[in-house]
Amino acid sequence: MTPPVKNDSAVHKFTGTENVKHFLISNSVPIIFIALSAIAIPISGFSAGYLIQEMLTRLARNSFLVLSLLIPIMAGMGLNFGMVLGAMAGQIGLIFVTDWAVVGIPGMVLAALISMPIAAFLGFICGSVLNKAKGREMVTSYILGFFINGIYQFVVLYTMGIRGLHIPITNPQLVLSRGFGIRNAINLTGIRRALDNALPLTHNFGHFTISIPLGTYVTIAAFCFFIVWFRRTKLGQDMRAIGQDMAVAGSAGIAVERTRVIAIVISTVLAAFGQIIFLQNIGTMNTYNSHEQTGMFSIAALLIGGATVSRASITNVFVGVTLFHMMFVVSPTAGKELIGQAQLGEYFRVFVSYGIIAVALVLHAWKRLQERERARRGLRGE
Amino acid sequence: MSGKFEKFISDFGWPRIIIALFLLLLFASTPFVGVKLDTSISDTLVRVGMNGVLVLAMVPMVQSGCGLNFGLPLGIIAGLLGAVTSIQVATSFDALYQVISSGGSVGVFASALSSVLQSGARGLALFGIALAIALPCAAILGFLYAQILNRVKGEEMMIATYVGFSSVAVMCMAWLLLPFNSPVMVWGYGGSGLRTTISTEGFWRHILSDFGSIDFGNFYFPTGMFIFFAIMVCIVWAFFRTKTGTAMTAAGSNPEFARASGIDVNKMRTISVMLSTVLGAVGILVYEQSFGFIQLYMGPLYMAFPAVAAILLGGASVNKATMANVIVGTFLFQGILTMTPSVINSILKSDMSEVIRIIVSNGMILYALTRKTRVKR
Amino acid sequence: MSNRLDSAATPLLTVDAVGKEFFGNRVLEEVNFSLYAGEILGLVGENGAGKSTLMNILFGMPVISQTGGYDGRILIEGEEVRFSSPFDAIDAGIGMVHQEFSLLPGFTATENILLNRESTKYNPLVEVFGDRIKTLDRRDMRRRADEAISILGFSIDPEALGAEMPVGHKQFTEIAREIDRKSTKLLVLDEPTAVLAESEAEILIKSLRGLAERGISMIFISHRLQEVIDLCDEIIILRDGRVVKETKPAETSIFQVASLMVGRNVEAVSTERRLMEETETILDVQNLWVDMPGETVRDVTFSVRKGEIFGVGGLAGQGKLGIANGIMGLFPAGGNVTVKGEPLRLNDPALSLSRDMAFVAEDRRGVGLLLDEPIDWNIAFTAMQVQDKFVRKILGGLIKWRDDAAMREVALDYINRLEIRCTGHRQRAVELSGGNQQKVCLAKAFVVGPEILFVSEPTRGIDIGAKRLVLDTIRQVNEDTGATVIVTSSELEELRSVCDRIAIVDSGRISGVRDASRPAEEFGVLMLGESPSLVPAAATIGGETF
Repeated sequence: MTPPVKNDSAVHKFTGTENVKHFLISNSVPIIFIALSAIAIPISGFSAGYLIQEMLTRLARNSFLVLSLLIPIMAGMGLNFGMVLGAMAGQIGLIFVTDWAVVGIPGMVLAALISMPIAAFLGFICGSVLNKAKGREMVTSYILGFFINGIYQFVVLYTMGIRGLHIPITNPQLVLSRGFGIRNAINLTGIRRALDNALPLTHNFGHFTISIPLGTYVTIAAFCFFIVWFRRTKLGQDMRAIGQDMAVAGSAGIAVERTRVIAIVISTVLAAFGQIIFLQNIGTMNTYNSHEQTGMFSIAALLIGGATVSRASITNVFVGVTLFHMMFVVSPTAGKELIGQAQLGEYFRVFVSYGIIAVALVLHAWKRLQERERARRGLRGE
Repeated sequence: MSGKFEKFISDFGWPRIIIALFLLLLFASTPFVGVKLDTSISDTLVRVGMNGVLVLAMVPMVQSGCGLNFGLPLGIIAGLLGAVTSIQVATSFDALYQVISSGGSVGVFASALSSVLQSGARGLALFGIALAIALPCAAILGFLYAQILNRVKGEEMMIATYVGFSSVAVMCMAWLLLPFNSPVMVWGYGGSGLRTTISTEGFWRHILSDFGSIDFGNFYFPTGMFIFFAIMVCIVWAFFRTKTGTAMTAAGSNPEFARASGIDVNKMRTISVMLSTVLGAVGILVYEQSFGFIQLYMGPLYMAFPAVAAILLGGASVNKATMANVIVGTFLFQGILTMTPSVINSILKSDMSEVIRIIVSNGMILYALTRKTRVKR
Repeated sequence: MSNRLDSAATPLLTVDAVGKEFFGNRVLEEVNFSLYAGEILGLVGENGAGKSTLMNILFGMPVISQTGGYDGRILIEGEEVRFSSPFDAIDAGIGMVHQEFSLLPGFTATENILLNRESTKYNPLVEVFGDRIKTLDRRDMRRRADEAISILGFSIDPEALGAEMPVGHKQFTEIAREIDRKSTKLLVLDEPTAVLAESEAEILIKSLRGLAERGISMIFISHRLQEVIDLCDEIIILRDGRVVKETKPAETSIFQVASLMVGRNVEAVSTERRLMEETETILDVQNLWVDMPGETVRDVTFSVRKGEIFGVGGLAGQGKLGIANGIMGLFPAGGNVTVKGEPLRLNDPALSLSRDMAFVAEDRRGVGLLLDEPIDWNIAFTAMQVQDKFVRKILGGLIKWRDDAAMREVALDYINRLEIRCTGHRQRAVELSGGNQQKVCLAKAFVVGPEILFVSEPTRGIDIGAKRLVLDTIRQVNEDTGATVIVTSSELEELRSVCDRIAIVDSGRISGVRDASRPAEEFGVLMLGESPSLVPAAATIGGETF
């Protein structure tokens, strides 16, 4: 046999066509969804004005939630299915401000302040649990989401509003007629669109008018700056190091477990803020359901934007939210136009949300297996 | 003595002991809160029989090292396909029987089948048809599912969850589009697309449960369903006593060892996934014959979770499960589910069963996931 | 270069009567030496001679304190230290460059060099969230990296990613990391040149010498003796946990060092030698290559005679372990292997097993055992799967029922014969001691009734009493059943005591096959892979007495 030759330089220079190919492969998911939208939009028959308005609203509504996923990915903890914990914390904050009738921006800020310690505490629990389940963070955080949901239901449905308990909710519009427990649907009249309309901006394009929720966009922009800045801090650098190799980071003296907990706490707190922003746009809160889908939709959106389990950027967030919600808006109508059943389009978008997560997870696991193989071949010198 | 006791506790695990004591407490308190004990026990047993095979479907995959089968919906879908097909067959052949009885002539096989379906064996024949359709479907789906799982070793559970979810969503579309036309199944208006729930009354409702069942005042025992469950448990138990079953256990216990002993680990995993999926299909049919309804669309979505929780509650871990785990776990889990609504609700005058179900089942899964497993090198 | 003449100076490091016992197994005894600032100490010895244990003690690895600490004292600049974690050692100015690279693939050379010691800048949020929220000062980081690299005298692109660096650059990056730590006074280099090309190794040696001139002391561990002699001021030779010689390069030669490393008391070698009659070849291996990570076999040719015990020796990582793994189909392999006159198709464990071969793997816990299963399963499993033993056929063979009674019987038989200490045949393998686990592994192979038996590292990690028993058992099976045995071991003496012939593997190739009765030094030289033409007649080096 020929003796293996040590690879002197693994640096590979891409040629022009390889560059294009590489671009197409690494962005295959968003490209497929762009193609799908290109087919579905004309079929659905929606006007451009309507779609643009819809996308602007939905970007404002969802981006903050999706952005909250970025930090755990940076720390190598995968997709934070535990973000629903933050969403629950946010909703608890909203219940209180609604009860106290604090309205407008102050209401939102107060809700955020109330939810922050709750989210931090839940994030701490989540991070600590995940430290006990290294290597299967995703499935664990996913189940943890369900578990905490049970506790959330217990607290909100059975303890809130009981007189004499320390969680006094008095507003009869919130409390169930039986005397305790929060109603299923809460009208968030007080803070509805408070942030969206904080800086009102509408523009008339002749045959359609577009209003832009500028206040929310400013908040999102601030968040993006925070993430960019955070990546450049020592803490961010440590998280990147841990994300690549926990053992190496640990032997360099980085407190691995503590840093992982911090990553989850930050993500959970931000998800709480994100849920508050989400709900102020919607205007009503489904006490026992609003948070349930938050995790899945945010994760699916991020993945559609071209992120993977181990890499995600701010661009992925915006591309993903746009494409995911484009599909969300047009697919029922397109399904109806195509087959005559709107239901079909609805199931299709459910399928896409689940399917995209399944595909992303499979690709990630598969790629990791192949990389291990390739590393082995590298040792052999082939 | 105390050492032995401690060992027992640590083997059995605190969560299990707490839940078992809790369940005992619930049963013991029935007379004081005005709940009938016989009804409670009967309800618990019926639910054990209904869910037993679904829990059993966890065992092969756990044993072969594929982890907890969160992809159970895949097997359930195959079972549902069998179920709706059998009802479609029944309706079609009932119509055919009308034709025959009014003097029309049809093929020998068709006329034989349609007369069987009018006889006393109608239910069994239809249930047999459901199984006959479901099993090959499950085997095929299981095979494909295994091909995915063999490529993502180490991350099976999360992927299984979402493969299961996606397949449920695909089937949602399929239920709308598949050309079934039995009037008992399709939406009244529109005339196409299956309903969300379909009654099995008049087809194979209680076909197993009522076989030799004991009805005694408030107490009902579905003997036939338990015999069927026992047979399934025996089959799985026997399978793991064979050479192949032994190889599968070894492949799960230490894949490197198995490989060094000439075992094709991927093949063993594939067989285990197919077996789990087939059991899932059988399990849902058993469930539906007792329940009396077929639940389509998003119905199967979360069905894996109670089964996973039950087997873990029975003492299984992420990579080891026995028949005893299945039986004990199903009883404990279904016991809690049955008893909490009746007992707790009559004490607190509010329905907390849903919350308790969520906390117990997910708490159990969480406990299993965070327990230290053997470090593989 | 050396400050030793300056006798007034306190040594930087003094190792005073250091010893270590692992579970009653003495691995290090009475090690004494001292090292002055700017001095380079070469540490050589066979695998298992105690080098890594000594370094673990010096570096405060938790494994030492968890197993009962160590004897003797370690002094840094005259003060006794007792590190409880590697971080203590780092604080005391000891840096370690490991054999395996610990670089982050997605970090640049700069980021890797400054890992967890990044330059930072203040910002107001620090007041709220603490120091970790400081922003990185990229410019200063780059400056420090450049500085560390320039001290090394080797050019690395500071912006190159860890994953994309050539091996040599990775090694330099690791060293640069230690250099940037201004407090580093003592650098421990564990086989730093093992992965380097010759030209890179030369540059490394040169830059290490430069570092020594700046006053940094070094402990240099290497199997490449020429490097040790070229670079070091002092050489310490360890054998069986003891310092057998402390010398200076000028006063010794490669051959003397080599023979000191492997040489042993002549009486220790088993005297009973069997006279092997010339039997037919049972296993013929031509141009075998095996892709086993860390034990790559490149091109191996040898043949084994029926009935003999054939040893395979060599240093760790040279590929000796890959041979058996390759023939048994456990790792990707190629070449021509002929078993009993018929060619064997490689890469299929089932096929290899079906050709009456059995394998006791070196990785007992990883490959050799079903740790979570009982002893009877472990012993019977392979025979059941490969040969349908312990199987009752029902319905004309349609169902192959496991015969638990037969499994119990065979397990009890072997528990008895090999003196496996256990509570019964249903005890789980994980609960057994290392030696008893090894016996279970042997029983597993014996049950198959092999004509060719591969045994890898049979005595690794087991106590002395069990060692003898395991070796005797191997020998006995060979004599009783006439099975051909191929023993792979890092311990030369063990091979010499049990084998008829021994092949030595170096760099994935066989550097020589000798009769086991040849003197140890001859094997030692083969192991070190020095060109055979340079080796004088082996007998003359063996002449020295120790």
